[in-house]
Formats: sequence, C-alpha cells, structure tokens
Amino acid sequence: MDLDIATLLMVDGITTGAVYVLLAIGMVLIFTVTRVIFVPFGDIAVYAALTLSALEAKHAPGTAALVAAVAAVATLMEVTSLLRHGKARAVPRALAFYLALPLAVSGTVWAASGTDWPMPVRIALAIVAVLPLAPLLDRIVFRPVADASVLLLMIIAVALHFALAGIGLLCFGAEGVRTQPLTEAALTFGDVLVSGQTALIVVAAASFSLLLFLFFNHTLTGKALHATAVNRLGARLVAIRPERAGTIAYLIGSLLAAISGVLIAPVTTIFYDSGFLLGLFAFVGAIIGGLTNYPGTALGALLVGLLGSYASFFSSSFKEVIVFAALVPVLLWRSIATTHSEEEIEE
Amino acid sequence: MSSSSLSTVRDAVAGGGGSTAAASRDSAGLSPAAYRLGVIAAVALLALAPLVVQSFTVTLLNYIGVYSLAALGLVLLTGIGGMVSFGQAAFVGVAAYATAWLTTRHAASPWLGLAFALVVTGLLALVLGALTLRLKGHFLSLGTLAWGLSISFLFGTVEGLGNFNGISQIPPVSLGPVLLAGTVPMFYLIWSVVALSLLLAANLLRSRMGRAMRVLRGGNILAESLGIDAFRIRLALFVIAALLAALSGWLEAHLSRYVSPTPYGAGPGIEYLMMAIIGGSGTLFGAVVGAAVIALLKNAVQDWFPVLFPGAPGQLQVVAFATLFILFLQRSRDGLVPALARFLPTVRRSVPPPAAPLARRAQPTRGEVLLSVDGVQRRFGGLVAVNGVSFDVRAGEIVALIGPNGAGKSTMFNLLTGALKVNRGRVIFAGEEISSLPQRAIARAGIARTFQHLKLRPHMTLLDNVLLGAHPRLEAGLVAGALTLRRDEEARARAEAMRLLERVGLGDRPFERAGNLPLGNQRVLEIARALAADPALLVLDEPAAGLRRQEKTALADLLRSLRAENLTVLLVEHDMEFVMGLCDRIVVMDFGSKIAEGRPEAIRNDARVQEAYLGGVV
Repeated sequence: MDLDIATLLMVDGITTGAVYVLLAIGMVLIFTVTRVIFVPFGDIAVYAALTLSALEAKHAPGTAALVAAVAAVATLMEVTSLLRHGKARAVPRALAFYLALPLAVSGTVWAASGTDWPMPVRIALAIVAVLPLAPLLDRIVFRPVADASVLLLMIIAVALHFALAGIGLLCFGAEGVRTQPLTEAALTFGDVLVSGQTALIVVAAASFSLLLFLFFNHTLTGKALHATAVNRLGARLVAIRPERAGTIAYLIGSLLAAISGVLIAPVTTIFYDSGFLLGLFAFVGAIIGGLTNYPGTALGALLVGLLGSYASFFSSSFKEVIVFAALVPVLLWRSIATTHSEEEIEE
Repeated sequence: MSSSSLSTVRDAVAGGGGSTAAASRDSAGLSPAAYRLGVIAAVALLALAPLVVQSFTVTLLNYIGVYSLAALGLVLLTGIGGMVSFGQAAFVGVAAYATAWLTTRHAASPWLGLAFALVVTGLLALVLGALTLRLKGHFLSLGTLAWGLSISFLFGTVEGLGNFNGISQIPPVSLGPVLLAGTVPMFYLIWSVVALSLLLAANLLRSRMGRAMRVLRGGNILAESLGIDAFRIRLALFVIAALLAALSGWLEAHLSRYVSPTPYGAGPGIEYLMMAIIGGSGTLFGAVVGAAVIALLKNAVQDWFPVLFPGAPGQLQVVAFATLFILFLQRSRDGLVPALARFLPTVRRSVPPPAAPLARRAQPTRGEVLLSVDGVQRRFGGLVAVNGVSFDVRAGEIVALIGPNGAGKSTMFNLLTGALKVNRGRVIFAGEEISSLPQRAIARAGIARTFQHLKLRPHMTLLDNVLLGAHPRLEAGLVAGALTLRRDEEARARAEAMRLLERVGLGDRPFERAGNLPLGNQRVLEIARALAADPALLVLDEPAAGLRRQEKTALADLLRSLRAENLTVLLVEHDMEFVMGLCDRIVVMDFGSKIAEGRPEAIRNDARVQEAYLGGVV
C-alpha cells in the first residue's frame, strides 16, 4: 500500500466515520437519558434513506403509512392508560401529540410525494417523515418496561430491530437504493481529491455535533436532558419528567439518524436491512466512548470508520470480522477503565 | 460413620419427619418417590411419542430437542450466572461446522466429529471467556454480540467451509451397526442427550459448584468473601454453556445433514436467548419449554401467516415473531415455567440427617495475637478515610470497633477483608501479611465476614445460603457435582449447615427462601453462613442493626458461646448497650484515626470518646 492509497483510504474512512459519529452520538443521547441501548437506530437512518429514494421516484413512501399505524397504536395505549388512571382531562393533549401531530406529518409527506420537489425540500420531507417513529416506538415498546434492567431493555431493542427490518422490507421492497448525489462539486487538497459529498458529510457531522454541544450547555431543555441522564430520580424531584426527556432524546436522536441516512445514501447502496450493521458499527464507536461521553464517542466512531476502510482494503470479506473483533479489546479496556457500582446485577 | 451407612440413614429419613420439630412446614407437597414416578412417566410418554404421532411432529420434536440443548446452556449462563450472551448460536455453529468439516472432508466417523466439535468449541469458549468474562453487565453482552457476529461472518467467508453454500452430504450417526438416519432413530438419540444433559445440570446445580454458580448474580464481593473464585466459576459456566451448544450443533449437523452460515448469525443468537427467557431463564426445564414454544410459534406463524394475510411477504413473519416476543417480555419477565410452577405441587424435602462433622481448622491458642493492624492508611482521592490506624485482636476476644458516622469503620472492615486495598501499612493475620492478598485468599485464610447491607441470596433456601459459607472446606468439583460422586461430603456439609441453622435459631424452616425472612433473622443467617466457613476470626458489620431487644440478647449469647469455643470476633456496632455488655475491648475511631482503645469501662469514661460522640464540653 503506497501513500496515495493510504490517503484515499483515510478520506474514505473519515467519511464513513463521520456518518457513524452522527449515529453514535444519537445512540449515546438515547442511552444516557432512557437507559435503552437503541439497537434499531440504524434502521431509522435506513428508513430516511429509503424514504428519500421513494420521494425521488415520486412514489408515496411507506414511511407515511407506517407512522400513521404506529401513531394509532401509541395513541390507543396512551389514552387507555390515561383513562385507567382517571386522567381523562389529559386525553385531548395526548390525542394532539400522539395522533394529530404524527398524522399531520405523514399526511404532508404522503400528499407531497407525487410532486417533483427540489432536492432540499425532498430531503427535509424525508427527514421529517421518520422523526415521529422513534418517539412513538418508545411509547409503545419501552415505556411499559421503563424500570427494567439495561439488559432486558437491550434484548427488547434487538427484537425491535428485527421487527423494523421486516417492516422496512414491506414498506420499501427488497431492492437496494442509491439516492442522487447531494453535490457534484469536488475539492482538491494538494494531491488529494475530495468529493463534495465527502466534504458535506464531514461538515454536517461536525456542525451537528457542535449544535448538540451548544444545546446541552446553553438551553434549559438540554440541561433537563442532561439532568435526567445523570439521575432520573433527582430530575423528577426538580420537576423534570423523564418520559418527556426521553421523547426529546428520541426526537433529537432520530434527527441525527435521519441526517446520517440522507448523507450516506448517495455514496452507499442501502437495503432495507442495512440498518443493523450501520447501527452496530456506530455502536462500536459509542462503546469506545463508554456510552456516556460525547467527544470520546465521536473519536471512537471515526476510528471505526478508519478501521473499516483499511480492513476492507486488505480483505473486503473480512471487514466485519475485523471491526467486531476489534471491539473485544476495546470493551476490555472500557471495563477496566470504568468503575462499576458493585450491585449492578442483583435480582 | 461410614459413607454407606450414612446414605442408608438418609434414605430411611427421606420422606419421614426429620429431626426437627417443625419439619411439618415442608411436609405439604409430593413425596420424592412420587416425584420420581412422575418424571419416569413423563420420560416414558416421550419415548412412546414417535409410535403415536406423525413423522412431521417427530421432526418438530427433534428440532425442539436440538434447540433445548443450546437454550439449556443459556439458562445456566444467563439465568443462573447472570451473564447474558448473544453468542450461543456462534458456538452451535462452530460445533456444527467442526463435525461437518471432519466428517465430509476427512471422512471421519461422526463420533470422532463429536469429540472434535466438543474440543474445538470448548477451547474457543475457554479463550473467548478468558478474554471477555471480566467485562461487566451490558459490556459483557455487547462483547458476546461482537465475537458472535465475527464468528458468524467467518462461516460465510472462510474458503474451506464452503462459503455461503455451506457443507452438504454430512453422514448420519451410526450406533454400532445401526444407522441413525431417519427421524425416529434421531429422535431417540437427541432426546437421550437432552435428558442426560438436564439430569447432569440439575445435579451440578445442587452441588457445591452449582451453589457457587448461583452466587454470581449477587456480585463479586459476596462470592469472593465466601472464598469463591468468581472468575473461574464464570469461566467454567461459560465453557459448560458452550459445550451444550456444541452438543446441539453436532446433533443439528447430523440431523439435517447440511450446514450453512444462516442458522448461526445474530438472529438465531437472539432466538436462543428468547427461548431461555420465555421458558424462564432461572429454571433448567425452562430451556425445553422455551425451545418448544419458539419452535411451535415459528411453525404456527409459517402455517397461519399465509392464510391470515394472503400475499404478504414472508419477511413479515419475522415482524410478527418479534412483536410477540416484545409483548411477552412486557407482560412476563420471569418466563413460563416459574409462572406455571405455582400451580404444580412442590416436592417435599426432608431435613438433612445428622452426619459426621467436617474437618475443622486448628484454632489459635487463646490470648495470642491473631490480627494485627499496623499503621494502615486508605485514601479516596483527597479524603483520608483511614489514617494510620493500629490495633491488635487476640485469639478468643470479642473486640468492637466503634465511632461516630463517617469515622472510617466500614472502610477499616473492607481493608481487613480485602474488599479494599490499603495504601500504606500492614495487616497481619495469624502471622502472615494479608494486606496484599485478594479477598478470597483472605477468606480462605480464616476470616469470615457479614455485611452491613445484607448480601444473602434471596431465592436460595436458608440451608443453601449457609452451605455457601462451607464452600472452601469442601472439595467436590464440577464433574463430581454433575455425577454426584461426593455424596458423603455433601451429606456432612448439609448436616453441618443444619446444625448451624439450629444454633442460630433458624432450624425450624431450613427450606424457606432467605428473602422471605425478616431483617433480624437475615442478619443471624449471615452469621450462620460465616460460621460455616469454620473461621478463626469472625468479622461482623453492625450485626445488631435492625434487631429487636430479644434478638439482640440472643445474638449476644450466641457470640459469647462462640467465644467460649475459642472463636475470635471483631465487630462494628452502633448499639452501645450491646457493645458495652459484650465486648472484651473496644477500639474507637473518629475522622479516620484511632482515638482510644481499652476495656468498656475505660472507654465509657474517656474524655476524647465523649467529645467525639457528644461534642466538646461547652
């Protein structure tokens, strides 16, 4: 391998790494606020990419119907639970948030799907279309067991991934898609040619990470989320509702996932089941950051991107094997570096 | 008493009244003989099944049996040991590929394939376990997901293993001249292996090593304080789970006569976990129930889905399946078997009969220095929790360590027992420095402890909880446990545990679950467990906390009688009346330093002690 190829691989690795950064930060956000290791996160990104592709082809994306169906179930659960606890007065509000809002979103996407919109509008539509999914799924799947152990929540999350991948096949079909490039521009740094797409991905990853940082440190909602992440009971005592914080975390997380889906779709062919590996690679990055630390997570995700890029040069069929095998020493190091409270697994 | 006469005694007492008056509490339920009859009837019924049911059902039963084995491994690993593994399918795959490769490429006998599969899988588990079992909680599970995926990708990429086409034309197993090729012969082979595995696993769980495995979920500190090497037990459990997976993989390869990468990926890895959880991951039989439920459910979904939703793509079956699983986890986290067990009669258990006592350690001579704490210091960051404390404890004394809240007493305790490491100074026990030894070595050296925040195993019986304490005094290993080779030792240990339960006043209900006891009784149960280790020094952390007045008197009497037997006791306690009336000497700590030491009367009148407790004289 000469220097040119090494540089090429590095650019490639940083590009995919940047996408993993967005995904990984979203995962860490959701994990710290809700304790759910949200395995289906990659599926959300894939849904965004597939929705964008459907909009390009002027098909009605399956996401619209899916959001409507999921919203109906979530509303049913929320309203039943409210009525059972004698909180009938809260029902109109629940209807507005769990039914009207998601339906408005999916209705808009559905109505807009036949028209040939300019690319920014299409992208915005695709992102908005998948946003309600994760918060609604949180209501349906995770909130009934919010007090369960991290492990049980993780097992449920894995099952949810399989459900979502299956639904993805139903909604979008088995064919792989590649969306139109976001830009045709190309930049050169010395001898290295960097496509505009690559630059865009890196810039987007950097700026959204920065935005998230500002959000946490300079807004009240951000601080509330942070407080919930540190101590749920304490947050509750100062009138922060963990459920609401969870919903916001899922929303922001979905936004990051959707953006990364839109960014990666023009450079990689996306299938309905690509989400698992996409999510897992990002997840490896998140674990390098210890699942709690944002800069560490970003660094870890970049590292995974680079590792994957060089690994696929040496042996493309062993790429996954190498990346996942690399996780084991990382986990060991994390396990030694973090001090655990002793009673974490008491029944 | 010889071992043979012991077992006769036990048989004679089995099902009978037992030695204690209140054994009637446990007399409800089936007698062991009736239970055995029930099991035999069930096995006979299963053995007759192929003669009655259709061949398709036998095939289904075969796969249920194969899955049960892998699920049984997970029940042990996850339900008993608390380690959630997503990698079980990878082990099944390694074994299946190992036997497939050996029997097709080298035309070896399937039995050689079995040996090869077991060795390869076992070694792989040993290496992976040694690397990853120090991980904790969800990090461990993520680790299993990582190497599980790595291995499953290897099946499809390694050239010699047929890539994504897999390996076909695997020969059937033959037993002597009999070829076990059809569904029915395989049925008997598979279910014999399942029954044998269940039997061995059940034996193992009842044995010394099994009890140690059931401690793992209580955390490392508890296991190590009992002299149990938690890591080694974890590793053993991990390898056992992998070997069960290997049996499953070997049977599957010779049942379907074909292996391919698909059944050993991430999806199936989670399916095995589903089986273990749905059946009830704490119960061995849950593995069979879980495997049956998943297999039948899959079958039903395959049959009914096209009828209910004509034209829907097959992938939707996965959605239905995943949804059902999520619903199940939301409704019933403990699994089916524990839920159903409430409606079944319990098996009557008899009180362990008397037996020859276990060997005891030589106790130090009364009055010689047993424990010597020499200038011990411990810092937490900038805070010096224990600052240069020195004191001695002599054999046959009861010494109390007292002091206001935050004085550093509990830290001192943790330093003595090895739960924390000293920064400076030395702790010498029975002439040997123990300050650098691991916790379990200190426990084995003869220091037994109790905990301020009780660490009992709430789902184990009182008897089993006390037996845990005897772990370092017993020898039965994994094989001996599974084959019940050391019945004599076990009987003596049970008799000893029973004696200790009676001694602390809990002898009337040895089969009660520890979690059902009131707090005061749980405290003395911990003392009984500590005594079961036959310690030279008993270290008690606030033994009287939460006890009622009579219970405190009884506890003081117990400790005095132990002193009379030359046992040394060191205790931390807040109850001054209890301490003053009981102890020979008292060491007082305040803000990490020793401020006084002496006989109770002297301590009571010590100006510095009064100041520490009551504040300065105004």
